[in-house]
Amino acid sequence: MAKVTLDGVSKIVSTALIDDVRPGDYLVLHVGYALAKIDPEEAERTLALIREAAAMGDAA
Amino acid sequence: MKYIDEYRDGRLAKDIARQIAALADPARSYHFMEFCGGHTHAISRYGLEDLLPANVRMIHGPGCPVCVLPIGRIDAAIALAMRPEITLCTYGDLMRVPGSNGSSLLKAKAAGADIRMVYSTLDALRIAEAELEREVVFFAIGFETTTPPTALALKAAIAKGLGNFSIFCNHVLTPAAIQNILESPDVRKLGTIKIDGFVGPAHVSTVIGTEPYEFFAGEFQKPVVVAGFEPLDVIQAILMLVRQVNDGRHEVENQYIRAVTALGNEKAQAEVANFFELRESFEWRGLGEVPYGALRLRPQYVAYDAEKRFSMVTPTAKDNPACECGAILRGVKKPADCKLFGTVCTPDTPMGSCMVSSEGACAAHWTYGRFREKARQVDVGRAVA
Repeated sequence: MAKVTLDGVSKIVSTALIDDVRPGDYLVLHVGYALAKIDPEEAERTLALIREAAAMGDAA
Repeated sequence: MKYIDEYRDGRLAKDIARQIAALADPARSYHFMEFCGGHTHAISRYGLEDLLPANVRMIHGPGCPVCVLPIGRIDAAIALAMRPEITLCTYGDLMRVPGSNGSSLLKAKAAGADIRMVYSTLDALRIAEAELEREVVFFAIGFETTTPPTALALKAAIAKGLGNFSIFCNHVLTPAAIQNILESPDVRKLGTIKIDGFVGPAHVSTVIGTEPYEFFAGEFQKPVVVAGFEPLDVIQAILMLVRQVNDGRHEVENQYIRAVTALGNEKAQAEVANFFELRESFEWRGLGEVPYGALRLRPQYVAYDAEKRFSMVTPTAKDNPACECGAILRGVKKPADCKLFGTVCTPDTPMGSCMVSSEGACAAHWTYGRFREKARQVDVGRAVA
Protein backbone atom coordinates (compact mmCIF):
# COMPACT_ATOMS: atom_id res chain seq x y z
CA MET A 1 0.00 0.00 0.00
CA ALA A 2 1.13 3.58 -0.55
CA LYS A 3 -0.07 7.04 0.37
CA VAL A 4 -0.63 9.19 -2.70
CA THR A 5 -1.74 12.74 -3.24
CA LEU A 6 -4.04 13.63 -6.12
CA ASP A 7 -3.49 17.35 -6.43
CA GLY A 8 -3.88 17.76 -2.68
CA VAL A 9 -6.31 14.91 -1.96
CA SER A 10 -4.63 12.12 -0.03
CA LYS A 11 -5.51 8.48 -0.52
CA ILE A 12 -4.12 5.11 0.39
CA VAL A 13 -3.84 2.94 -2.71
CA SER A 14 -2.66 -0.57 -3.41
CA THR A 15 0.71 -1.02 -5.08
CA ALA A 16 0.33 -4.80 -5.35
CA LEU A 17 0.30 -4.67 -9.15
CA ILE A 18 3.60 -2.83 -9.66
CA ASP A 19 7.20 -3.24 -8.53
CA ASP A 20 9.79 -0.91 -7.00
CA VAL A 21 7.59 1.95 -5.87
CA ARG A 22 9.52 4.74 -4.17
CA PRO A 23 8.44 7.94 -2.46
CA GLY A 24 8.12 10.67 -5.09
CA ASP A 25 7.07 8.36 -7.93
CA TYR A 26 4.12 9.35 -10.09
CA LEU A 27 1.58 6.56 -10.56
CA VAL A 28 -1.28 5.83 -12.93
CA LEU A 29 -4.20 5.06 -10.60
CA HIS A 30 -7.39 3.19 -11.30
CA VAL A 31 -10.07 2.22 -8.74
CA GLY A 32 -7.63 2.36 -5.84
CA TYR A 33 -4.79 0.45 -7.48
CA ALA A 34 -1.61 1.70 -9.13
CA LEU A 35 -1.46 0.23 -12.63
CA ALA A 36 1.79 1.78 -13.84
CA LYS A 37 4.55 4.21 -13.00
CA ILE A 38 5.13 7.33 -15.06
CA ASP A 39 8.54 7.16 -16.70
CA PRO A 40 10.00 10.69 -16.35
CA GLU A 41 12.35 10.33 -19.34
CA GLU A 42 9.61 9.11 -21.67
CA ALA A 43 7.32 11.86 -20.40
CA GLU A 44 9.97 14.43 -21.36
CA ARG A 45 10.46 12.76 -24.73
CA THR A 46 6.70 12.91 -25.43
CA LEU A 47 6.62 16.61 -24.57
CA ALA A 48 9.57 17.22 -26.88
CA LEU A 49 7.72 15.46 -29.73
CA ILE A 50 4.56 17.45 -28.97
CA ARG A 51 6.53 20.73 -29.05
CA GLU A 52 8.20 19.69 -32.29
CA ALA A 53 4.84 18.94 -33.96
CA ALA A 54 3.43 22.19 -32.61
CA ALA A 55 6.37 24.16 -34.00
CA MET A 56 5.72 22.64 -37.44
CA GLY A 57 2.06 23.60 -37.11
CA ASP A 58 2.97 27.11 -36.03
CA ALA A 59 5.11 27.46 -39.16
CA ALA A 60 2.41 25.96 -41.40
CA MET B 1 -0.11 18.73 -11.08
CA LYS B 2 3.07 17.48 -12.72
CA TYR B 3 2.54 15.21 -15.76
CA ILE B 4 -0.95 16.67 -16.15
CA ASP B 5 -0.73 20.44 -16.58
CA GLU B 6 1.98 20.39 -19.23
CA TYR B 7 -0.20 18.09 -21.36
CA ARG B 8 -3.07 20.61 -21.27
CA ASP B 9 -1.36 23.54 -23.00
CA GLY B 10 -4.01 25.00 -25.30
CA ARG B 11 -1.52 26.96 -27.39
CA LEU B 12 0.42 23.83 -28.29
CA ALA B 13 -2.85 22.00 -29.03
CA LYS B 14 -3.83 24.72 -31.53
CA ASP B 15 -0.43 24.52 -33.22
CA ILE B 16 -0.69 20.74 -33.53
CA ALA B 17 -4.20 21.14 -34.93
CA ARG B 18 -2.74 23.48 -37.57
CA GLN B 19 -0.21 20.81 -38.43
CA ILE B 20 -3.03 18.25 -38.75
CA ALA B 21 -4.89 20.66 -41.06
CA ALA B 22 -1.74 21.13 -43.13
CA LEU B 23 -1.20 17.37 -43.50
CA ALA B 24 -4.82 16.26 -43.97
CA ASP B 25 -5.53 15.67 -47.64
CA PRO B 26 -8.51 17.90 -48.58
CA ALA B 27 -9.53 15.35 -51.22
CA ARG B 28 -10.40 12.74 -48.59
CA SER B 29 -11.93 12.38 -45.15
CA TYR B 30 -10.45 10.77 -42.04
CA HIS B 31 -12.63 8.94 -39.52
CA PHE B 32 -10.91 7.86 -36.33
CA MET B 33 -12.55 6.02 -33.48
CA GLU B 34 -11.44 6.69 -29.96
CA PHE B 35 -12.37 3.38 -28.38
CA CYS B 36 -12.14 4.45 -24.78
CA GLY B 37 -14.64 6.54 -22.83
CA GLY B 38 -11.79 8.38 -21.10
CA HIS B 39 -10.79 9.78 -24.49
CA THR B 40 -14.42 10.58 -25.37
CA HIS B 41 -14.60 12.62 -22.19
CA ALA B 42 -11.30 14.42 -22.91
CA ILE B 43 -12.33 15.20 -26.51
CA SER B 44 -15.61 16.76 -25.33
CA ARG B 45 -14.22 18.50 -22.28
CA TYR B 46 -11.38 20.22 -24.13
CA GLY B 47 -13.33 20.83 -27.34
CA LEU B 48 -10.74 19.00 -29.42
CA GLU B 49 -13.20 18.38 -32.25
CA ASP B 50 -13.47 22.12 -32.80
CA LEU B 51 -9.73 22.33 -33.39
CA LEU B 52 -9.74 19.65 -36.07
CA PRO B 53 -10.29 20.37 -39.76
CA ALA B 54 -13.76 19.46 -41.07
CA ASN B 55 -12.48 16.34 -42.86
CA VAL B 56 -10.94 14.80 -39.71
CA ARG B 57 -13.76 13.38 -37.58
CA MET B 58 -13.80 11.47 -34.32
CA ILE B 59 -16.20 8.58 -33.77
CA HIS B 60 -16.92 7.76 -30.15
CA GLY B 61 -16.42 4.07 -29.47
CA PRO B 62 -17.94 1.64 -26.97
CA GLY B 63 -15.16 1.75 -24.37
CA CYS B 64 -17.31 2.88 -21.48
CA PRO B 65 -17.87 -0.02 -19.07
CA VAL B 66 -21.31 0.94 -17.80
CA CYS B 67 -22.48 1.83 -21.32
CA VAL B 68 -21.87 -1.63 -22.76
CA LEU B 69 -23.39 -3.56 -19.87
CA PRO B 70 -26.69 -5.03 -21.10
CA ILE B 71 -29.87 -4.26 -19.16
CA GLY B 72 -30.32 -7.94 -18.29
CA ARG B 73 -27.18 -7.87 -16.13
CA ILE B 74 -28.48 -4.83 -14.21
CA ASP B 75 -31.82 -6.60 -13.74
CA ALA B 76 -30.00 -9.70 -12.48
CA ALA B 77 -27.98 -7.61 -10.02
CA ILE B 78 -31.09 -5.84 -8.74
CA ALA B 79 -32.89 -9.17 -8.26
CA LEU B 80 -29.90 -10.45 -6.30
CA ALA B 81 -29.65 -7.31 -4.17
CA MET B 82 -33.31 -7.60 -3.20
CA ARG B 83 -32.54 -10.87 -1.38
CA PRO B 84 -32.37 -10.16 2.36
CA GLU B 85 -29.04 -11.87 3.01
CA ILE B 86 -27.18 -10.02 0.23
CA THR B 87 -24.99 -6.93 0.44
CA LEU B 88 -24.18 -5.80 -3.09
CA CYS B 89 -21.08 -3.63 -3.48
CA THR B 90 -20.59 -1.66 -6.67
CA TYR B 91 -18.66 1.19 -8.26
CA GLY B 92 -20.58 4.46 -8.13
CA ASP B 93 -21.27 4.86 -11.82
CA LEU B 94 -23.39 1.70 -11.91
CA MET B 95 -25.88 3.05 -9.38
CA ARG B 96 -27.97 5.06 -11.83
CA VAL B 97 -27.76 2.78 -14.87
CA PRO B 98 -31.33 2.14 -15.94
CA GLY B 99 -32.58 -1.44 -15.74
CA SER B 100 -35.96 -2.65 -17.01
CA ASN B 101 -39.14 -0.72 -16.23
CA GLY B 102 -37.38 2.33 -14.86
CA SER B 103 -35.48 0.38 -12.20
CA SER B 104 -31.90 1.05 -11.08
CA LEU B 105 -29.63 0.01 -8.24
CA LEU B 106 -30.20 3.43 -6.67
CA LYS B 107 -33.97 2.89 -6.66
CA ALA B 108 -33.53 -0.64 -5.33
CA LYS B 109 -31.40 0.79 -2.52
CA ALA B 110 -34.10 3.34 -1.74
CA ALA B 111 -36.56 0.45 -1.64
CA GLY B 112 -34.50 -1.22 1.06
CA ALA B 113 -31.93 -3.36 -0.74
CA ASP B 114 -28.48 -3.37 0.89
CA ILE B 115 -26.45 -1.84 -1.93
CA ARG B 116 -23.23 -0.03 -1.13
CA MET B 117 -21.10 2.16 -3.32
CA VAL B 118 -17.38 1.42 -3.09
CA TYR B 119 -14.30 3.15 -4.52
CA SER B 120 -12.21 0.02 -4.68
CA THR B 121 -12.50 -3.77 -4.43
CA LEU B 122 -10.56 -3.40 -1.16
CA ASP B 123 -13.56 -1.57 0.33
CA ALA B 124 -15.85 -4.46 -0.62
CA LEU B 125 -13.42 -6.87 0.98
CA ARG B 126 -13.36 -4.81 4.19
CA ILE B 127 -17.16 -4.90 4.34
CA ALA B 128 -17.10 -8.70 3.98
CA GLU B 129 -14.54 -8.98 6.77
CA ALA B 130 -16.44 -6.68 9.11
CA GLU B 131 -19.87 -8.20 8.49
CA LEU B 132 -19.37 -11.93 8.39
CA GLU B 133 -23.11 -12.58 8.71
CA ARG B 134 -23.76 -10.83 5.36
CA GLU B 135 -23.28 -12.37 1.90
CA VAL B 136 -21.14 -9.67 0.28
CA VAL B 137 -21.21 -9.69 -3.52
CA PHE B 138 -18.97 -7.41 -5.57
CA PHE B 139 -20.66 -6.33 -8.82
CA ALA B 140 -17.52 -6.40 -10.97
CA ILE B 141 -17.55 -4.47 -14.23
CA GLY B 142 -14.99 -2.88 -16.48
CA PHE B 143 -12.23 -3.52 -18.94
CA GLU B 144 -8.67 -4.75 -18.41
CA THR B 145 -8.06 -1.95 -15.91
CA THR B 146 -10.58 -3.07 -13.31
CA THR B 147 -10.05 -6.82 -13.74
CA PRO B 148 -6.70 -7.04 -11.89
CA PRO B 149 -8.20 -5.28 -8.82
CA THR B 150 -11.03 -7.84 -8.84
CA ALA B 151 -8.49 -10.67 -9.10
CA LEU B 152 -6.52 -9.30 -6.14
CA ALA B 153 -9.67 -8.99 -4.02
CA LEU B 154 -10.51 -12.60 -4.78
CA LYS B 155 -6.97 -13.65 -3.96
CA ALA B 156 -7.15 -11.84 -0.61
CA ALA B 157 -10.59 -13.32 0.17
CA ILE B 158 -9.24 -16.82 -0.44
CA ALA B 159 -6.12 -16.15 1.64
CA LYS B 160 -8.25 -14.84 4.50
CA GLY B 161 -10.73 -17.70 4.20
CA LEU B 162 -13.61 -15.24 3.72
CA GLY B 163 -16.52 -17.52 2.88
CA ASN B 164 -19.05 -14.68 2.59
CA PHE B 165 -17.42 -12.85 -0.33
CA SER B 166 -18.23 -13.48 -3.97
CA ILE B 167 -18.05 -11.80 -7.36
CA PHE B 168 -20.70 -11.10 -10.00
CA CYS B 169 -18.28 -10.99 -12.91
CA ASN B 170 -18.98 -8.74 -15.91
CA HIS B 171 -15.43 -7.99 -16.98
CA VAL B 172 -14.98 -7.40 -20.69
CA LEU B 173 -12.06 -7.27 -23.11
CA THR B 174 -11.00 -4.40 -25.33
CA PRO B 175 -9.34 -6.15 -28.31
CA ALA B 176 -12.34 -8.46 -28.82
CA ALA B 177 -14.68 -5.47 -28.93
CA ILE B 178 -12.57 -3.54 -31.42
CA GLN B 179 -12.44 -6.61 -33.64
CA ASN B 180 -16.20 -6.97 -33.30
CA ILE B 181 -16.76 -3.39 -34.44
CA LEU B 182 -14.75 -4.15 -37.56
CA GLU B 183 -16.16 -7.52 -38.56
CA SER B 184 -19.27 -8.70 -36.73
CA PRO B 185 -22.21 -9.63 -38.96
CA ASP B 186 -24.49 -7.93 -36.42
CA VAL B 187 -22.68 -4.68 -36.83
CA ARG B 188 -22.70 -5.08 -40.59
CA LYS B 189 -26.44 -5.69 -40.54
CA LEU B 190 -27.15 -2.81 -38.18
CA GLY B 191 -25.00 -0.48 -40.19
CA THR B 192 -21.56 0.81 -39.52
CA ILE B 193 -19.33 3.56 -40.70
CA LYS B 194 -15.94 3.87 -42.24
CA ILE B 195 -13.13 3.82 -39.69
CA ASP B 196 -9.63 4.76 -40.85
CA GLY B 197 -7.88 4.17 -37.55
CA PHE B 198 -8.15 3.90 -33.79
CA VAL B 199 -6.97 5.93 -30.85
CA GLY B 200 -6.09 3.08 -28.47
CA PRO B 201 -6.95 3.28 -24.77
CA ALA B 202 -4.58 4.71 -22.16
CA HIS B 203 -5.11 2.89 -18.87
CA VAL B 204 -6.21 -0.37 -20.50
CA SER B 205 -2.95 -0.38 -22.44
CA THR B 206 -0.86 0.10 -19.28
CA VAL B 207 -2.17 -3.37 -18.39
CA ILE B 208 -2.29 -5.22 -21.73
CA GLY B 209 0.51 -3.33 -23.52
CA THR B 210 0.50 -2.41 -27.20
CA GLU B 211 1.08 -5.93 -28.50
CA PRO B 212 -2.58 -7.13 -28.48
CA TYR B 213 -3.42 -4.46 -31.07
CA GLU B 214 -0.87 -5.79 -33.56
CA PHE B 215 -3.21 -8.53 -34.73
CA PHE B 216 -6.00 -6.37 -36.01
CA ALA B 217 -3.77 -3.53 -37.16
CA GLY B 218 -2.33 -6.14 -39.53
CA GLU B 219 -5.45 -8.20 -40.16
CA PHE B 220 -7.81 -5.25 -40.79
CA GLN B 221 -5.13 -2.86 -42.01
CA LYS B 222 -6.13 -0.14 -39.56
CA PRO B 223 -3.59 2.02 -37.77
CA VAL B 224 -3.76 2.14 -33.97
CA VAL B 225 -2.15 4.83 -31.83
CA VAL B 226 -2.28 4.22 -28.07
CA ALA B 227 -2.69 7.62 -26.40
CA GLY B 228 -2.72 9.17 -22.94
CA PHE B 229 -5.83 10.85 -21.56
CA GLU B 230 -4.71 14.49 -21.66
CA PRO B 231 -5.76 16.74 -24.55
CA LEU B 232 -2.25 17.09 -26.00
CA ASP B 233 -1.89 13.31 -25.92
CA VAL B 234 -5.10 12.89 -27.89
CA ILE B 235 -4.35 15.52 -30.49
CA GLN B 236 -0.82 14.22 -30.98
CA ALA B 237 -2.28 10.74 -31.49
CA ILE B 238 -4.65 12.12 -34.13
CA LEU B 239 -1.68 13.70 -35.91
CA MET B 240 0.14 10.33 -35.81
CA LEU B 241 -2.96 8.64 -37.28
CA VAL B 242 -3.22 11.20 -40.11
CA ARG B 243 0.45 10.61 -40.93
CA GLN B 244 -0.08 6.83 -40.98
CA VAL B 245 -3.11 7.09 -43.25
CA ASN B 246 -1.26 9.45 -45.62
CA ASP B 247 1.70 7.06 -45.77
CA GLY B 248 -0.56 4.03 -46.29
CA ARG B 249 0.79 2.52 -43.06
CA HIS B 250 -1.24 0.49 -40.55
CA GLU B 251 1.00 0.13 -37.55
CA VAL B 252 0.57 0.11 -33.81
CA GLU B 253 2.21 3.23 -32.44
CA ASN B 254 2.52 4.29 -28.83
CA GLN B 255 2.02 7.93 -27.94
CA TYR B 256 1.65 7.12 -24.21
CA ILE B 257 5.20 5.88 -23.83
CA ARG B 258 5.49 7.41 -20.37
CA ALA B 259 3.20 4.69 -18.97
CA VAL B 260 2.64 2.00 -21.63
CA THR B 261 5.09 -0.66 -22.78
CA ALA B 262 4.78 -3.27 -25.52
CA LEU B 263 4.08 -6.08 -23.08
CA GLY B 264 2.12 -4.13 -20.48
CA ASN B 265 1.86 -4.95 -16.80
CA GLU B 266 2.73 -8.64 -16.73
CA LYS B 267 2.15 -8.91 -13.00
CA ALA B 268 -1.44 -7.73 -13.45
CA GLN B 269 -1.92 -10.05 -16.43
CA ALA B 270 -0.70 -13.03 -14.38
CA GLU B 271 -3.14 -12.26 -11.55
CA VAL B 272 -6.01 -12.08 -14.05
CA ALA B 273 -4.96 -15.35 -15.73
CA ASN B 274 -4.90 -17.10 -12.35
CA PHE B 275 -8.54 -16.39 -11.59
CA PHE B 276 -10.37 -15.74 -14.87
CA GLU B 277 -11.01 -17.51 -18.14
CA LEU B 278 -12.68 -16.45 -21.40
CA ARG B 279 -16.43 -16.65 -21.88
CA GLU B 280 -17.33 -18.13 -25.26
CA SER B 281 -19.81 -15.33 -25.71
CA PHE B 282 -21.13 -12.35 -23.77
CA GLU B 283 -23.72 -9.75 -24.67
CA TRP B 284 -22.52 -6.18 -25.05
CA ARG B 285 -25.00 -3.41 -25.24
CA GLY B 286 -24.82 -1.95 -28.73
CA LEU B 287 -22.61 -4.71 -30.12
CA GLY B 288 -24.71 -7.81 -29.45
CA GLU B 289 -23.02 -11.10 -28.60
CA VAL B 290 -19.25 -10.68 -28.69
CA PRO B 291 -17.35 -13.98 -28.99
CA TYR B 292 -14.60 -14.30 -26.40
CA GLY B 293 -15.28 -10.71 -25.38
CA ALA B 294 -15.64 -11.25 -21.64
CA LEU B 295 -14.27 -13.13 -18.66
CA ARG B 296 -15.68 -15.41 -15.97
CA LEU B 297 -14.17 -16.98 -12.89
CA ARG B 298 -12.27 -20.22 -13.43
CA PRO B 299 -14.29 -23.30 -12.39
CA GLN B 300 -12.09 -23.98 -9.34
CA TYR B 301 -13.36 -20.69 -7.84
CA VAL B 302 -17.03 -21.56 -8.28
CA ALA B 303 -17.66 -20.89 -4.57
CA TYR B 304 -16.74 -17.25 -5.18
CA ASP B 305 -18.77 -16.94 -8.37
CA ALA B 306 -22.02 -15.16 -7.42
CA GLU B 307 -23.72 -16.31 -10.62
CA LYS B 308 -23.28 -19.96 -9.60
CA ARG B 309 -23.50 -19.51 -5.86
CA PHE B 310 -26.87 -17.74 -6.00
CA SER B 311 -28.12 -19.42 -9.22
CA MET B 312 -28.46 -16.02 -10.84
CA VAL B 313 -30.28 -15.80 -14.15
CA THR B 314 -29.78 -13.02 -16.68
CA PRO B 315 -33.17 -12.14 -18.13
CA THR B 316 -33.43 -11.01 -21.73
CA ALA B 317 -34.35 -7.37 -21.49
CA LYS B 318 -34.93 -4.78 -24.14
CA ASP B 319 -33.75 -1.18 -24.19
CA ASN B 320 -36.25 1.64 -24.37
CA PRO B 321 -37.20 1.42 -28.08
CA ALA B 322 -36.51 5.11 -28.67
CA CYS B 323 -33.06 4.95 -27.02
CA GLU B 324 -30.23 5.14 -29.56
CA CYS B 325 -27.45 4.00 -27.21
CA GLY B 326 -26.82 0.91 -29.35
CA ALA B 327 -26.21 2.90 -32.53
CA ILE B 328 -24.28 5.59 -30.64
CA LEU B 329 -21.96 2.97 -29.12
CA ARG B 330 -21.10 1.73 -32.60
CA GLY B 331 -20.52 5.26 -33.82
CA VAL B 332 -23.38 5.06 -36.33
CA LYS B 333 -25.37 7.83 -34.66
CA LYS B 334 -24.50 10.88 -32.61
CA PRO B 335 -26.11 11.76 -29.26
CA ALA B 336 -28.05 14.66 -30.79
CA ASP B 337 -29.61 12.23 -33.31
CA CYS B 338 -31.55 10.58 -30.48
CA LYS B 339 -35.09 11.79 -29.83
CA LEU B 340 -34.66 11.23 -26.09
CA PHE B 341 -31.43 13.24 -25.82
CA GLY B 342 -31.84 16.28 -23.64
CA THR B 343 -35.61 15.87 -23.47
CA VAL B 344 -36.52 12.98 -21.18
CA CYS B 345 -32.95 11.68 -21.07
CA THR B 346 -30.44 13.77 -19.11
CA PRO B 347 -27.74 12.80 -16.59
CA ASP B 348 -30.31 13.35 -13.80
CA THR B 349 -32.84 10.99 -15.38
CA PRO B 350 -30.90 8.81 -17.80
CA MET B 351 -32.96 6.56 -20.07
CA GLY B 352 -29.93 4.91 -21.63
CA SER B 353 -26.55 3.95 -20.27
CA CYS B 354 -24.62 6.40 -22.51
CA MET B 355 -26.11 9.22 -20.45
CA VAL B 356 -25.04 7.75 -17.10
CA SER B 357 -21.27 7.65 -16.92
CA SER B 358 -19.21 10.77 -17.54
CA GLU B 359 -17.39 8.60 -20.08
CA GLY B 360 -20.57 7.96 -22.06
CA ALA B 361 -20.90 9.75 -25.40
CA CYS B 362 -24.31 11.24 -24.48
CA ALA B 363 -23.25 12.48 -21.04
CA ALA B 364 -20.10 14.03 -22.53
CA HIS B 365 -22.15 15.74 -25.23
CA TRP B 366 -24.72 16.92 -22.68
CA THR B 367 -22.07 18.36 -20.37
CA TYR B 368 -19.86 20.01 -22.98
CA GLY B 369 -20.74 19.45 -26.63
CA ARG B 370 -24.28 20.79 -26.85
CA PHE B 371 -23.14 24.31 -26.01
CA ARG B 372 -20.73 24.19 -28.90
CA GLU B 373 -23.46 23.13 -31.26
CA LYS B 374 -25.68 25.97 -30.07
CA ALA B 375 -22.85 28.47 -30.57
CA ARG B 376 -22.33 27.13 -34.07
CA GLN B 377 -26.03 27.45 -34.90
CA VAL B 378 -26.05 31.04 -33.68
CA ASP B 379 -23.04 31.75 -35.90
CA VAL B 380 -24.73 30.19 -38.90
CA GLY B 381 -27.90 32.16 -38.12
CA ARG B 382 -25.90 35.37 -38.07
CA ALA B 383 -24.23 34.54 -41.35
CA VAL B 384 -27.64 33.97 -42.97
CA ALA B 385 -29.09 37.14 -41.48
